[in-house]
Amino acid sequence: MRLMGRDLVALLLFAGFAAVPLLANLLQDPFLLVIATRMLAFAIAAMGLDLVLGYGALVSFGHAAYLGIGAYAVTILMRLGVYDIGLHLLAGIAAAVVFAVGTGAVSLRTRGVYFIMITLAFSQMAYFFFVSFSALGGDDGASLPQRSTLFGHDLLENDLWLFWLALGLLIGLFLVCRAIVGSRFGRVLCGARENPQRMQAIGFVPFGYQLTAYVISGAITSIAGVLLANQAEFVSPALMNWHRSGELIVMVVLGGIGTLSGAIAGAVLALLLEETLAGFTQYWKLWFGLFLVGIVLFAPGGVQGLVARIKLQIGSRR
Amino acid sequence: MSVVLSAQGLRKSYGALTVTDNLSLDLHQDELLAVIGPNGAGKTTLINQLSGQLRPDAGRVVLAGRDISDQSMAQRVHLGMARTFQITSILPGFSVLENVALAVQARSGSSFRFFRAAAGQRRLNDAAMAHLAEVDLDADAQRRAADLSHGKQRQLELAIALATDPHILLLDEPLAGTGGAEAARLVALMQRLKARHSILLIEHDMRAVFALANRIAVMVYGQIIATGTPDEIRANPRVRAAYLGQESV
Amino acid sequence: MTNLFLLQLLNGAQLGVLLFLIAAGLTLIFGIMDFINLAHGVLYMVGAYVMASFAMLTGSFWLALGLTVPAMLICGLLLEFTVFRALYARSHLDQVLATFGLVLVISEGVKILWGSAPLTVPMPDLLSGSVGLIGPLKYPVYRLAILVVGLASALGLYVLITQTRIGMLLRAGASNREMVSALGVNVGRLFAMVFAFGAMLAGFAGAIVAPILSVDTGMGESVLILAFVVIVIGGIGSIRGAFMGALLVGVVDTMGRSFGPIVLRMIMEPAAAGQLGRTLAPMLVYILMAAILFARPAGLFGRRAE
Repeated sequence: MRLMGRDLVALLLFAGFAAVPLLANLLQDPFLLVIATRMLAFAIAAMGLDLVLGYGALVSFGHAAYLGIGAYAVTILMRLGVYDIGLHLLAGIAAAVVFAVGTGAVSLRTRGVYFIMITLAFSQMAYFFFVSFSALGGDDGASLPQRSTLFGHDLLENDLWLFWLALGLLIGLFLVCRAIVGSRFGRVLCGARENPQRMQAIGFVPFGYQLTAYVISGAITSIAGVLLANQAEFVSPALMNWHRSGELIVMVVLGGIGTLSGAIAGAVLALLLEETLAGFTQYWKLWFGLFLVGIVLFAPGGVQGLVARIKLQIGSRR
Repeated sequence: MSVVLSAQGLRKSYGALTVTDNLSLDLHQDELLAVIGPNGAGKTTLINQLSGQLRPDAGRVVLAGRDISDQSMAQRVHLGMARTFQITSILPGFSVLENVALAVQARSGSSFRFFRAAAGQRRLNDAAMAHLAEVDLDADAQRRAADLSHGKQRQLELAIALATDPHILLLDEPLAGTGGAEAARLVALMQRLKARHSILLIEHDMRAVFALANRIAVMVYGQIIATGTPDEIRANPRVRAAYLGQESV
Repeated sequence: MTNLFLLQLLNGAQLGVLLFLIAAGLTLIFGIMDFINLAHGVLYMVGAYVMASFAMLTGSFWLALGLTVPAMLICGLLLEFTVFRALYARSHLDQVLATFGLVLVISEGVKILWGSAPLTVPMPDLLSGSVGLIGPLKYPVYRLAILVVGLASALGLYVLITQTRIGMLLRAGASNREMVSALGVNVGRLFAMVFAFGAMLAGFAGAIVAPILSVDTGMGESVLILAFVVIVIGGIGSIRGAFMGALLVGVVDTMGRSFGPIVLRMIMEPAAAGQLGRTLAPMLVYILMAAILFARPAGLFGRRAE
């Protein structure tokens, strides 16, 4: 029953996205498409993060690194004369897997605040690597000569095609994630979140499962990086700044952790909030920060928690 | 009678405090061995060392003739050893059925399977339901584990342990915090289980202990001071002095 | 070469003591309250800004420093009272979110109050100029002063932690939280005190570094993460670990940046060595952290990895 509700939320979100091109056409506002594509990319990243954060209760504060890894995979391959998006995705995922296996194996030996700090430190390591990599533009970043090609065609130069590709990827990855969390593997991951001692006592060693989830999560987030690089046609280390990791967590929490569709909704919400606040004041981050502090102090559980409490209120009035 | 599990010269201390003091103990095939003793005697520490949660400072744990001292808790489960905890240890956010199905999963096939929904797997669910029926919880299968009463959570923990298909059960005060009908149900359950399992039971409820046990070991300050049948223990003057005191049993 | 080595060693040690001042408060907060505070780095930055303002107002470095320290203490108490107090009992995730929000609020607030242009703080006459070390080697007096002050603070903290009743409580609390409340101590007040003290130390670090750095809003960020590395290396809750970790990180980072390219030049062509050295050097401290963690998941002086 609850699962049905979540699927419905996802379905509504996908339908909403699908309506964006029409809306952009009606309003004669191509910028809508740009924002929507960014939302889709961040939704993918947030969903990837939710896999470890929501289902594994592993607070990774370093997921921006995977955005960067995906984006730089595009830059580097283009420098080498490879333009195909399939290869870009493949390279991004492969690099993310390598990075996740290495850093995850170290981070997952620890718990709690250690884990948070170590994932943050490793993503910072990746950040500084690209900051000081002057051949790739260093701190300033560099523009891409063009967008990735799809089967040799430059379809993605058209914002609309890039948008549809992003939406397709989001839906596909949602289905993959949904299958994973319901699988045997997903059950073990959730079990380790609920009670690691009990898991050991029935014969599971959580480490391998958590590391696998961490690797999958990083790989998914790197896909978002490939999309973001293509959308902006520009890649810089700013993409993997630690603030970005914080924003990804914010997205997951805003929509409600451990629900997948919540992460998508949260990404949409967070970017809407950013855009709206930025329209009012150049100091929008101040208000965004206050909003975060307020959410935590007064609405634990994020929007999902809010909705649950409102439901409870309505229910008790009846 | 064959020995299935034995502790040989176990020793564990925390600083100056010795909680397990050169302890040796044998569990026989298909018996229920109760370990009794006053609070702080080191009973839970003993189970922790037998189950692999805690490493002893010295001594060995031997399972059916094989030294398993270096095996982790998870590895020992795969050798047929399951335990329950003094403080109920279940997966509170999972349904009752999922709790048990996950334990079945631990012993059947790989868990690195990512796509087929676990909820629809007959093999897991049927086995889980059978174990739930064994502990009279089949009617509660779809409820959230956290919503069960304390007594039912204790039953669930037993079902989880059984689902790992053990021949040795280490039960740490299964009756703790239960009363009346709940306790009676658990005692009846253990009565049934001891026909097919070798059980090491820690329990403070003397009535249950003397009703269930084939043998009783009395533990004081990390040492076993007496082992014998319930009648022998009842008659043992040292036990009466050290532990049973004025209680009439 | 030897001179350069000595110079960089001093620079590294100086970075180390600054990191220690920041990490000391942070590690106690982690250890005693099991609380992750991402906003600790901005306190360092605020310390520098407050110092800059007081220096401008009073025209005196010393007066400004004397005013900045209590101001940061009050700042810490205020933050503890308004936000942090409500977060101790929350999950790590909630703490991460709220303190991340606070980072945004304070960074933007500083931009609104002081503007985006970097500020400078004049160096006091007493400590300007250089002093000869060995032979022709000279080193700025002010940097030496930072080193001395940092080491003195570390010593003071060590005495405080090992010799006083409060120190005993802190040590007890860092290794066993329940015990402190069992001792009948007013835990709320202890927490507030630790917090304010940590804010003061971080602010102090920001204030004394202001004359040799340009004061800008980004200065808290890299320092925060380096402080995390320090704490992870040293072990959560351990002042001694924070000290050793801070010196290690300071020296390794500084040395890596200056000698990395030089060492690489021995095995490869200069241009590539320069590029590779510059790229790899900033990663060195993180690799060091990973190596230490792999051998000791609880850090060098940590007792547990929980």
